[in-house]
Amino acid sequence: MNKPERLFNISRFKKMKLKNQAVSLDALDWQILQAIQENSKQTYSEVGRQLGVAHSTVYDRIRKLEKNGVIKKWTVDIDLEKLGLNYMTARMTVYTDPKESENVAKKLSEAKEVLEVSMSLSEELLIIAKVLARDQDSLHSFIAKKVAPLQGVLRIRTSIITKKIKEERFLIEKK
Amino acid sequence: MTPSSSARILRALSRNNAFYFFTSVGNYTGQRAMSLEEFAHKIREVEAASLEFHLYRGDFEKWADEVLEDRELSERISAVKLLEPVGNALRDQLDFAVSKRLEELKSAQ
Repeated sequence: MNKPERLFNISRFKKMKLKNQAVSLDALDWQILQAIQENSKQTYSEVGRQLGVAHSTVYDRIRKLEKNGVIKKWTVDIDLEKLGLNYMTARMTVYTDPKESENVAKKLSEAKEVLEVSMSLSEELLIIAKVLARDQDSLHSFIAKKVAPLQGVLRIRTSIITKKIKEERFLIEKK
Repeated sequence: MTPSSSARILRALSRNNAFYFFTSVGNYTGQRAMSLEEFAHKIREVEAASLEFHLYRGDFEKWADEVLEDRELSERISAVKLLEPVGNALRDQLDFAVSKRLEELKSAQ
């Protein structure tokens, strides 16, 4: 059995089952993920050549990874500044009544101005959100009119991002 | 001023129409006023930085005019702004203007 055939082993797909909500992947799956995370524009053949497997193997593995939700979506990272769209970003920390925190997080998630919503429990229950706005007035107006009035919001701290030093997604490593 | 117009200005407001006190862009103190009467109390309680932030952005005048629908109060707050007070001097002048207007409205009911 040559290398591509050896790696294209249907039985391995069976290992991709939910185990404590984590999908179990084999070495080839990890290698494919790493390759497409570095450059998702590569063709199946190009990925296959890198990894020494047939393009059909890459195709099948990727389909399976999509089906299992490991690959959530295919997208593109656009530089808004190059398009003259100078938005500002802010990190908003919302202190909430614990009884209302889920609802506050849900409402924030529905707002188009909010790009990310996370929850944290330190001394108090916090909701941390990444907010995009055209300018400081728009940012303040959104927070004053849409966030502060939400039931359970106790106070809000906002930091406007003035300089981004690094922004990367987590890159998986070969297993 | 008619009793009904005074009552309208003094009415309890919804959460969406309340005044929310911030100290700077996006930094909400947790203090809010859901009526003119509550607003008068909060002016004495909130940090002076919050009063400065809102006065010089024109937020108080706008809220008085557009939400409470009290043009007179809005103009009196504008007059306070022209004096450019800061800190507790601002608090005192704002407190005087709002409390006086509150008394007038209550007595007109």
